[in-house]
Amino acid sequence: MTGRDRAASPAGDGAAGDAARRAVGAVWRIEARRIVTTLTRHVGDFALAEDLAQEALADALRQWPVEGVPANGGAWLTAVAKRKAIDHWRRRERLDARVASIGHDLELEQREAADAVPWDLESSLDDQLRLMLIACHPVLGPEARVALTLRTVAGLTTDEIAAAFLVAPATIQQRIVRAKRALTDSGARFELPEADALAERLPAVLACIYLVFTEGHAASAGDAPVRADLVREALRLGRALQAMLPREPEVHGLLALMELTAARMPARVDPAGRPVLLADQDRTRWDRSAIERGRAALARADALRIGRGVYAQQAAIAEQHAIARRFEDTDWHAIVDCYDGLLAAGPSPIVELNRAVAVAMADGPAAGLAIADAIEASGRLADHHLVPSVRGELLARLGRVEEAREALEEAARRTRNASERAVLLAKAATTR
Amino acid sequence: MKYMLIMRSTAEAIEASKEFDFDEIIAAMGRYNESLIEAGVLIGGDGLADASEGFVVDFDETPPLVTDGPYGEIKELFNGFWILQVSSKEEAAEWAKRCPLGPGSKLEVRRVTDESDFDPDNEWIQKEQEWRADAERKAAEQA
Repeated sequence: MTGRDRAASPAGDGAAGDAARRAVGAVWRIEARRIVTTLTRHVGDFALAEDLAQEALADALRQWPVEGVPANGGAWLTAVAKRKAIDHWRRRERLDARVASIGHDLELEQREAADAVPWDLESSLDDQLRLMLIACHPVLGPEARVALTLRTVAGLTTDEIAAAFLVAPATIQQRIVRAKRALTDSGARFELPEADALAERLPAVLACIYLVFTEGHAASAGDAPVRADLVREALRLGRALQAMLPREPEVHGLLALMELTAARMPARVDPAGRPVLLADQDRTRWDRSAIERGRAALARADALRIGRGVYAQQAAIAEQHAIARRFEDTDWHAIVDCYDGLLAAGPSPIVELNRAVAVAMADGPAAGLAIADAIEASGRLADHHLVPSVRGELLARLGRVEEAREALEEAARRTRNASERAVLLAKAATTR
Repeated sequence: MKYMLIMRSTAEAIEASKEFDFDEIIAAMGRYNESLIEAGVLIGGDGLADASEGFVVDFDETPPLVTDGPYGEIKELFNGFWILQVSSKEEAAEWAKRCPLGPGSKLEVRRVTDESDFDPDNEWIQKEQEWRADAERKAAEQA
């Protein structure tokens, strides 16, 4: 940027300002985790570190569009954040050893800035894992975990998170403020738990990443493309976690499930934006390289020989679909085996119902119907429309149209979703 | 979106790099690759063997003329590539800037096309998708 440009746009607006703001966002996505972990180490408090990091980000958004993008943006942000840490302690009259150590660091950095190695990791993978664990701490609810993970681990801004979840930025801001307060109040520590405690904490991290993924994946094509960004962020978090915990099969399993599911996204909607069922999808539009990556991740999970957890089992089902050239080529017996594995991990009527559908495909509708009938009789999904909906489909395939119609109408009565009800009633009306 | 980082170095730069400790070069590149993996953005890539082992097929001639040795028309040799999945062009640029390369080297950064860049109704595009699917199935069967 030349001086003349700056004079013409004192606030850094215009195209150059936009480019600088995008550069801030790009650097932040790469550096946020490292900056927050570094600051947490220095100030000893995650909530405070996160505040300081956000202040540094705000400074960059103000200054870079006006003064130009620094040569080493990551170092710039880290230095600013550390200075803020010093100021904070000074304000609190806590000029103790901690400040001396940061000040010393800062001097060193300024001396070495000229030959700094930008790709040297200042914080280890263990630090990144600590960050993921604190963002998904048991004292937080699922929404808070997602907001905090996206902001501190994935480096999204509050506005980006809000746009992706279709809520007001203030809502996300509040969630994060409350989450940080809860962490401070509970005395949550920035540490790696012992192995057995880690096993206890890991499911929350996996669930959080998968929640980000499903939120983006469930969004229909009509939604803002920013929703699909969540899919990419979840994949990226999954890959990062894979680097942190290569010996955890479910980390690979989750990544495999996400890659294999995301691979089908290009075929999920027709040109008019209407959803396309798996059976009708144009499989040539599936993303082959994503399928390859997903299968590689599943192979890594299996190579650990600890057995398949729930994510790997679901990935294995997605893999069966991915390797079938046409819907008719699907190996439904293999899919039934995957469902058996999934049920071995814990009973779930929804999984049983999905298994019933797979059994119907593998051994005929009567075999599937027997299972669906048993689920209905057990009353475990009594207010859910899925059981009668599946029963209706299978009864229709068996030519028992009268019972099929009744089941579909029952499903229509149970659903709370108007468009689903319309679909079910239309199906019931055409079941002859 | 996916970007390909294409490493191009002049023959002089490659010659000069032989002055350096090879282990150090490997370590620096290893750290860079590790940071890409750790950030979850690396989805592929490879290095290429020495260009002198390669050959060029030139379509100025009929039939095409095969000449052993490096591609001679340009100054920079294509020595390796990374495929990154990132959220923006700026993020691709930011990662590219961090690559531990020295004078005489350049990274060319190109967006990788995806299916949205092509007409999905074109029969050859559809065929290509099927070929990829076939190749992958065969690989899976062999595995």
